[in-house]
Amino acid sequence: MQLTIKYFGLLAEVTATTEELLETETCSVFELVKTLKNQYPKLGDTNFKIAVDQQLIDLNYIIETNAEIALLPPFAGG
Amino acid sequence: MNSLHSRYQRQIILPEIGLSGQEKLSASKVLVIGAGGLGCPILQYLTAAGIGTIGIVDFDIVDTSNLHRQILYGTSSLGKNKAVAAKERLIDLNPEITITTYTERLTTKNAISIFLEYDIIVDGTDNFSTRYLINDACVITKKPLVYGAIFKFEGQVSVFNYQNGPSYRCLFPEPPKAGSVPSCAEIGVLGVLPGIIGSMQANEVLKIILGLDTILSGKLFTYDCLTTRSSNFGINRVETEISKVLETSSHFKTIDYDLFCGIQKITEITPKEAFLIKNVQFIDVRDPHEQPKIDSLHPIYIPLGKLKEKVNTITKEKEIILFCQSGIRSKKAVEILLQEGFKNVSHIQGGAVALHENISNLTGLLKYD
Repeated sequence: MQLTIKYFGLLAEVTATTEELLETETCSVFELVKTLKNQYPKLGDTNFKIAVDQQLIDLNYIIETNAEIALLPPFAGG
Repeated sequence: MNSLHSRYQRQIILPEIGLSGQEKLSASKVLVIGAGGLGCPILQYLTAAGIGTIGIVDFDIVDTSNLHRQILYGTSSLGKNKAVAAKERLIDLNPEITITTYTERLTTKNAISIFLEYDIIVDGTDNFSTRYLINDACVITKKPLVYGAIFKFEGQVSVFNYQNGPSYRCLFPEPPKAGSVPSCAEIGVLGVLPGIIGSMQANEVLKIILGLDTILSGKLFTYDCLTTRSSNFGINRVETEISKVLETSSHFKTIDYDLFCGIQKITEITPKEAFLIKNVQFIDVRDPHEQPKIDSLHPIYIPLGKLKEKVNTITKEKEIILFCQSGIRSKKAVEILLQEGFKNVSHIQGGAVALHENISNLTGLLKYD
């Protein structure tokens, strides 16, 4: 299956991209995060939540079909 | 038609508002925390719309570098407390409402009693420690929280704690590591972005008061002003996060939110103490144009935004004392140097303004070793 990964805020700087495609087997969000942190080690220093198809989910969620994944970091600025 | 009606006529004729809606706005009390980039448009629109009572919390003072985005202020506001300067502009905009200013820092000691005076709390602050404090105080006092935050060209908006909806902690249970998310002072911000995000926060406040059924609760709205991409993400309420906060209500006043956010204690010294310390390197973290210069301390000049990249040029052999105009940016500068491994770092209370006021009495104390 094919996932679209979107990076927001600081994460777009850490990965040097705002959006990319990722070919993968069925996996949990936890496993996906591990894959992404291997690809972008600096993601390990950041804090973010994951949304699958515009819904925030927890790390146990299993991604089974093509989906849009968003990595959302907290912002502090005002 | 009396003056009240003519002032609000264009919104009263909307069927969603009407006279009854205007009366609801006029009877409502809204607290805006932070009168900065987000706070200015929030306050401007809420005042113009005729919110009956508005509270403004801000301990900071207006600085030249604020003016490109903090649109309530002009050059005549420089050096004034932001809550006070905002009120001056807002009572001219609408003298028919009540505005209360709180010029002290929001803390666990005063938050609950202030929040209880208001119907809706709006977060326009610029740091995680205050954002968690505000969220938790809203959970404890059962007040809806209109949240907005920005990072470079992106913004987030949501309504938390609204009719059993999720709270900020249901979205982000833990703060990021201290210093891992840079602030506007470090990385910059386009003036229009807080204008857009703050205006959206004001819009949510009005919708809550008017009882419109399309509140941004349970959703995180994100906007990127470079790509004009916007998204809405669903957020679920997490009962364990809410309970954890409620359990703290009996000892809320003793919680250290800086510690929770991993912020190290910042040493603040008076101008007199600064003049007495030996083997010291002063650093002026203001922008080059800012006056008055404090030449007698022989500072090196590194603006806050350049501090990280120039950190290798700073000696670790001496005690470091930082100052800015008023003591706000220098505090951030201390945080940066502590993260970079400096041990003996402090900053001057009241900054160059306080130094300048005391300088004639203090230059006699200067020691040259």
